[in-house]
Amino acid sequence: MYNNRSKFLTLMLTLGMIFFYVPILMLIIYSFNYSRIVPVWGGWSVRWYEVLFKSEEVWNAVVLSLQIGVINATFATILGTLAGLAMVRFGRFKGRTLFGGMLVAPLVMPEVITGLSLLVMFITLKQLIGWPAERGFTTITIAHITFSLAYVAVIVQARLTGMGETLEEAALDLGAKPFRVLTFITLPRLAPGMAAGWLLAFTLSLDDLVISSFVTGPGANTLPILIFSRIRTGLRPDINALATIIILFVAACVAIAALIMFQQQRRARRDEQIASQGTL
Amino acid sequence: MAAEPSTNDTPWLVADAEPLIRIKGVSKKFGDFTAVNNVNLDIYQGELFCLLGGSGCGKTTLLRMLAGFETPTSGQIIIDGVDMSDVPPYERPTNMMFQSYALFPHMSVEKNVAFGLKQDKVPKDEIAERVHNILKLVELEDFKARKPQQLSGGQRQRVALARALVKEPKVLLLDEPLAALDKKLREQTQFELANIQEEVGVTFVVVTHDQEEAMTLSTRIAVMDKGEFQQIGTPTEIYEFPDNRFVADFIGSANIVEGKVVENDADHVLVSTDLGDIYIDHGQPTTKGSRVWVAIRPEKIQLSKEAPKKAAPNQIAGKVDDIGYLGGMSIYLVRLENGEIVDVTTPNLLRPKNKSQGITWEDDVYLSWEPSSAMLLNK
Repeated sequence: MYNNRSKFLTLMLTLGMIFFYVPILMLIIYSFNYSRIVPVWGGWSVRWYEVLFKSEEVWNAVVLSLQIGVINATFATILGTLAGLAMVRFGRFKGRTLFGGMLVAPLVMPEVITGLSLLVMFITLKQLIGWPAERGFTTITIAHITFSLAYVAVIVQARLTGMGETLEEAALDLGAKPFRVLTFITLPRLAPGMAAGWLLAFTLSLDDLVISSFVTGPGANTLPILIFSRIRTGLRPDINALATIIILFVAACVAIAALIMFQQQRRARRDEQIASQGTL
Repeated sequence: MAAEPSTNDTPWLVADAEPLIRIKGVSKKFGDFTAVNNVNLDIYQGELFCLLGGSGCGKTTLLRMLAGFETPTSGQIIIDGVDMSDVPPYERPTNMMFQSYALFPHMSVEKNVAFGLKQDKVPKDEIAERVHNILKLVELEDFKARKPQQLSGGQRQRVALARALVKEPKVLLLDEPLAALDKKLREQTQFELANIQEEVGVTFVVVTHDQEEAMTLSTRIAVMDKGEFQQIGTPTEIYEFPDNRFVADFIGSANIVEGKVVENDADHVLVSTDLGDIYIDHGQPTTKGSRVWVAIRPEKIQLSKEAPKKAAPNQIAGKVDDIGYLGGMSIYLVRLENGEIVDVTTPNLLRPKNKSQGITWEDDVYLSWEPSSAMLLNK
């Protein structure tokens, strides 16, 4: 009955798409605006890209954000995977419920609270043991790992539960000691989940403004902090240019991911064909 | 295969034979639920032993305790003289073939089969040779480079078998080995499986819910229900000499009627039932006046349109209520005068000359059975 797509559905789809993508499109178009004042069109130009590439402040922020993002994603993936494994594969241990609850708490905790409590902790630590001496790169990274690992743990738990334990039991049965089962069976099977977790942690870190603002110190401006502070002093079109570059980068990533998924599906279909052609 | 039955084929009858597996008073509880309740069992070298029962009867739990994936709540499992209580799965002389096959999807057939040998640090050329030989045995040499998802169901099943067998375990545990195959393939494979078992001489313990599979494969069967063994015996013993109503009903089908022992002599027993007096021509361990059950297999009842010449026990009249035509044989549901329904199966030995020959609906028929055919059950 949906073959004959009704006009209403088409209209809703169009409106939805406009709602999602017109602002982004506007931003891209205005990044090529000559005018200094954002909402006023002054003809096509790439001058704000030139300004952007010369702006040390912006590039420092980009580099800092990427560094924090990569380190955060890597540590969050390692810790989150371990936490997920503990939750799903270690049966019932003492304090499991408490551990599980605390693991997902950062997901539901308001960011302001998380940020504030981390700030208080860092200040107290500095008074007690003198570390961290000043807030910045280290404190932001630690704060990001704290909440990112919860997301990774959730993804890993879901994937582990979905995988079931049979393959691991089969490996144990064939004489593999638990550590070898982990490295040769569990982790390879878990890899897609861990990759997804890494990417999510990276994105969360790149995106975070609230928690970063709490725990950052003088001179350590991540990209969101920089952009947000610029808004207060008046928008400048070079930020539009930066946003356009980021959007293109993200779009490229999405396209690559879609291509990989498409190829995997094609391979699965081919495997099925080969299997059905085989006799018996 | 017409060899005389020797003690080699029936090691459980040899008085001083040492069993390969001893299960002594093993129980397994999951919370309040008792999955396996105080079972005792000896399995001997070279047997193909089946644990047969419906779902939730505890057969898989027992198998998993043999493999080491579950720890008994109480009791002891001894394999080849070694107490398995503290032995982890990876150090047990057992290998398991999983119901889902559990092939490693990220490894080729060859790597799957070699996995177990690598864990044991077997030299490389020996691994290659053993993998080659076992793949030859299961006729999969040409498929060794494929991934499991590029194989058909039957091929996957054989990879799983090869992967478990290549380690030459003392005991091979098989969890519903044929359940995932379609009917035709299953029938073919169960003979293959028995042949392979004979060839390699490894003791097989098979879990199945399929009684046909159990009957064709096994040397002995343990029928399980509610975590307990109902009977342990050869397929013939289980079918022809069931210990109780559960076994008689679970294996094959049986007409079971309640009755009272009227005569109990050394050479015969007479039981009064709803099917009339049933005469059994051999002595039974029972007492006169006790409440018993009599089971008669449908194929052991003769069906005739002609009335018997004289009244005697073991015969009764009825009317054909329904017919199930299966081709090779037919199932007749016969309604007796007292309303009871009796199942009778008859092989269709002769091809009918025309389409309307033979016994049909609403025919008056007479049932009779040999005095040796009825089985007396005390519980």
